Amino acid sequence: MQSSPTAETKKISKLEQFSIWFNQEKILGPALVAPAVLILLLLIAYPFCVAIWLSMTDKVIARSDTGNFIWFANFTKLFKDSIFQRTTINTFNYALVSVFFKLILGLLMALVLDEVKIFKNFFRGILLLPWIVPTSLSALGFLWMFDSQFSILNRFLLDWGLIQEKIIWLGTPATAMISVQLVNIWRGIPFFGISLLAGLQSIPQELYEAADIDGASAWSKFWNVTFPLLMPVTAVVTLFSIVQTFADFQIVYVLTRGGPVNSTHLFATLTHQTAILAGRLGEGAAVSLFMFPILVIAVILQLRYLQNQD
Amino acid sequence: MQSSLRIRKITKGIVVTIGLLFFIVILLFPFYWMFITSIKPDSELYDTAQPPMQLLKPTLEHYVYLIENTRFLLWLKNSALVATVSTAVSIVIGTLAAYSLARLRFRGSRTLGLTIFITYLVPTTLIFLPLAYVIRSLGLFDKQIALMITYPTFLIPFCTWLLMGYFKGIPRELEESAMVDGATRLQALRMIILPIMLPGIVSAALFAFTLSWNEFVYALTLAQTEAIKTLPTGIVSQLVLADVYFWGSLMAAALLGSVPIAILYSFFLEYYVKGMTAGAVKG
Repeated sequence: MQSSPTAETKKISKLEQFSIWFNQEKILGPALVAPAVLILLLLIAYPFCVAIWLSMTDKVIARSDTGNFIWFANFTKLFKDSIFQRTTINTFNYALVSVFFKLILGLLMALVLDEVKIFKNFFRGILLLPWIVPTSLSALGFLWMFDSQFSILNRFLLDWGLIQEKIIWLGTPATAMISVQLVNIWRGIPFFGISLLAGLQSIPQELYEAADIDGASAWSKFWNVTFPLLMPVTAVVTLFSIVQTFADFQIVYVLTRGGPVNSTHLFATLTHQTAILAGRLGEGAAVSLFMFPILVIAVILQLRYLQNQD
Repeated sequence: MQSSLRIRKITKGIVVTIGLLFFIVILLFPFYWMFITSIKPDSELYDTAQPPMQLLKPTLEHYVYLIENTRFLLWLKNSALVATVSTAVSIVIGTLAAYSLARLRFRGSRTLGLTIFITYLVPTTLIFLPLAYVIRSLGLFDKQIALMITYPTFLIPFCTWLLMGYFKGIPRELEESAMVDGATRLQALRMIILPIMLPGIVSAALFAFTLSWNEFVYALTLAQTEAIKTLPTGIVSQLVLADVYFWGSLMAAALLGSVPIAILYSFFLEYYVKGMTAGAVKG
């Protein structure tokens, strides 16, 4: 039996051969990434190209034809459009102001949590909630808190004598923008807080001990040890937050739908408004592409940071 | 000397306590207020003469109304299904990709890793419009499966990136010794590496589930029929429209929609914090 190899053993050895071939790094490597790459090519890269193409057509949802190729007419139209100009200013205002306060308050939260010695996990857990729950649903809570008639915030402010009459939070342009920013800041503080806390705790304790021996004050320890060592984490978290806030959608969609009189429209909500609700796909695609440059800048900075780390 | 040190310690304790209270109040008050609203009868909710923090007759009527007269439970089921399927798909695909990119040497692996990282930064709002166009041309528009195949586009980059960090933390010698003993690479991966990776995979899965559960823009554009909506879009687009005062049930819905995530999260808090900070701290 041993002297005559049967067809079966031959088949197994063929399978083994395949297995050996397949387990080579240069074969197995690409094979294992392939599913991920295929999905991302089909559903990120290809749609992105479609967006660029759509942005140069006058395609509308109501007509089934592919639309006419009109070069950059959508963009020149947008530049002259007052709603789009307003949206651009809104988006920068929304992102920069929100990220600034998220960073400051998040850093404060991290410094506080770093000193909390009892029920550490409990406090971290409950304070992370605004970040973890669905934003669209917590935004509904704020819709109620900003209600023109029954706003609890107005009740507090009136009772404490801080205002004389009701603030129409979502009904006037200036306060509507502040309202959506407040919700964004509320949601983002825990993300900054917990990330920066992890950064704080990765700073070697010996550095503080050395500073203590040198007789450094708390303030100088913060500026000379904590601050520089926390910089890299802070930069990454801030960059990520800027990209996300710049492209934010849910809070404005739930609270104001971009109103009143377009005072809270962001690029993302204007894209939805123009393309889906008004049906002008081409023009909507052009609006959405304005979220792209900030992403490119963030990616370049991020890659540079990663390279420095290696 | 001794007493001044003690005074400094006490002052610090007071400052920290005040700081902690400040964050607890501003971050958690909205939830508290949503809860109070959800158990207040309408007669008290819309009575401006009554102090707002006062609650005379707590009631569950808003919850009952929500369950009996809206499609809340259907949306809950939809959300659970979509989140589970897209998480499972993304974890499998992401684990394979992460292993390959973290461990195997082949041409272009570094570039691929960076590209996947870049897609991790791409906001969904940048891509939802052309994605809807592509999904329509695939004939999947307004079907539940559209969400199950589009959610992995933001879950896979995330899982891959997170798991790459975990793979890099496992010594190569472990699988190499298994391979010296005659195991193939895939066998070594399945039997030696994956069990060690379990904590990483659990935290990636938790995050992926949370991200799917909370997703809004894709669900809003790709699933428009009321019966296939997920919780966030169902609640926001079907329940808010009502002109009648509906705040009690709306707050009940918003809270109940957040509960599954909060429960998951309370059980796996350590994983959450680790996973969330892994990206930021490790870069």
